[in-house]
Amino acid sequence: MNIVELQIQANEIRQSIIDMLYHAKSGHTAGALGMADIMTYLYFKEMKVNPKKPKLATRDLFFLSNGHTAPILYATLAHRGFFPIDELKTLRKLHSRLQGHPSVASHNSHDSLPGVENSGGPLGQGVSQAVGASAELKRSNSKRRVFCFVGDGELQEGMCWESFMFAHKEQTDNLVVIVDKNDIQIDGNPKEVLAFDNVHNKFTSFGFKVVDFDGNDMNQIHHVFEEIKKLSGKPICLLAKTTPGKGVSFMEGDYHWHGKAPNEEERKLALDELESQRILLEGKSEVKEK
Amino acid sequence: MKKVSAVTKEKSDTKSKPKRVIRRISTSYITTLDQKKQGAIRAGFGEALVEATKKDNNIRVLSADLTDSLKLTEFKNTYPKKFYQMGICEQNMMSAAAGMAHIGKIPFVCSYAVFSPGRNWDQLRVSVCYSNHNVKIIGGHAGLTTGPDGATHQALEDIAITRVLPNLSVVVPCDEEESRKATIAIAQKEGPCYLRLSREKSLNITNKKSPFKLGEANVLDEGLDVTIIACGIMLQFALRAREQLKKEGISAAVINMHTIKPLDVKTLLKYAKKTNAIVSCEEHQKIGGLGSAISEVLSQQYPTPLEIIGVENSFGESGSGYELLEAYKLGEKDIINAVKKVLKRKNK
Repeated sequence: MNIVELQIQANEIRQSIIDMLYHAKSGHTAGALGMADIMTYLYFKEMKVNPKKPKLATRDLFFLSNGHTAPILYATLAHRGFFPIDELKTLRKLHSRLQGHPSVASHNSHDSLPGVENSGGPLGQGVSQAVGASAELKRSNSKRRVFCFVGDGELQEGMCWESFMFAHKEQTDNLVVIVDKNDIQIDGNPKEVLAFDNVHNKFTSFGFKVVDFDGNDMNQIHHVFEEIKKLSGKPICLLAKTTPGKGVSFMEGDYHWHGKAPNEEERKLALDELESQRILLEGKSEVKEK
Repeated sequence: MKKVSAVTKEKSDTKSKPKRVIRRISTSYITTLDQKKQGAIRAGFGEALVEATKKDNNIRVLSADLTDSLKLTEFKNTYPKKFYQMGICEQNMMSAAAGMAHIGKIPFVCSYAVFSPGRNWDQLRVSVCYSNHNVKIIGGHAGLTTGPDGATHQALEDIAITRVLPNLSVVVPCDEEESRKATIAIAQKEGPCYLRLSREKSLNITNKKSPFKLGEANVLDEGLDVTIIACGIMLQFALRAREQLKKEGISAAVINMHTIKPLDVKTLLKYAKKTNAIVSCEEHQKIGGLGSAISEVLSQQYPTPLEIIGVENSFGESGSGYELLEAYKLGEKDIINAVKKVLKRKNK
């Protein structure tokens, strides 16, 4: 996929997010929309995954630590072919495989969803699982890579930093921690909620190679993922500045959309806006082909 | 099967009642109750871990800065690449283990029970149990017999907070040999398990020939009047109490309930029906432990008088291990009193 094709894919995933959250009537919209570009890049360009064989022993691993953004994981997996796109409408419904927060195991009440690598929700646990898996893979000289999305508010959980110390100790250069730096959490801006700042320096002092970039710019995303392939010896932290609600103007940057789903009118407005963006991208794609 | 003795209360009763025959179940248990024959439950665990890893390449050990105390030094030296020093980070240790289990490893997460599963219960709940990952949690220094360190380090709530979690098995071995067997058994069993270990040395009750199967209680002594059900280091006091009671003409069955979850309901109900009186013994709060597990079954399926020996809704304190058990009414004498009390209730 080229950059424009990836952008179109991210757009379609965003439309699915709006649609599924509308049907679910509850859930987290802003973060999911903001992460769509990186998630698209990971699953359609970067990671070794096989939707037909989701448990293949050579696959790369993706852990979603900020589990409340489940809609972006589900929409990406569906568009990548792990399960039917139509199933997205069952989000948060009784006995659905699409639980409000991801579930890696099957239970009496519901099956697990293909492609989900961790149960997530209580913050900090996904990043720790990612570090554990990457440490073991590193020690066994495996070529498999481990990717993990973590929220910026989530970094207030102490266990995140426990896990980063461990990653440093084990020199897990097979690990890429992507921080969704969207500057919102439920009660407001992380800087105001807990004077939580200087994330770049925090990671550097914990032994990570840190890269700052615009997490909604597909060209930059591509460049960053190519660059980090040349690095070794240290775990990698990607500080992705993203816009919460990206792609839907009335949601962008508004923290009220952190934990809210669109109603019927909002859904229509959002989908119309996204569709017009998609048509523009299609136009670009055709120009390129000519 | 060996007949030990036949007790009759009154000769006139023998015609109307079935003959009271008490059997010691098996010669595969050490029955001398000789105080000198003691072993360390922790040592059995540490040795078994090395043994289990010879057979299963996937075992990993994670230690939160308590390597020597949990008898992991031999493992660390034998398998340095399979050993992870996690530092004083119990929360990360639990979830990191889940990540390792996700790619097919069998991590043993080792710390003191107050920290793990105490401090990292949320990680145990979601990363391990909800995810149904094959992680083994080893809670050392459990119970009052942790001793001089005092209440902060004496886990009296760990059975309660583990047995409430779906998918998790809870195992409390009674001595060094059983600890060895339990370690190997949980390594072989697919799914999350909690293994509770005491610090204090305890009487060697079981030996190499003693049976051990997860979820199957072992009946150590048959009896007709009352059944004493114990787990962990309390089993030795249950056996001693039984000897005393015998002298007073009371015939007590003794059951080693080493697996608290899944509870061996079949054996429990069999002995509830047989003796109609039960005393449970554990080095844990009365609330939420073995006694609670037993009463949940009995009250719903076969209401039977039950007395629970355990800590009465309080924290512990400093003191020597066995001294504390007496001070908190968990001794042999207290079991005897509980038996007499439950028999009064039974005969009302």
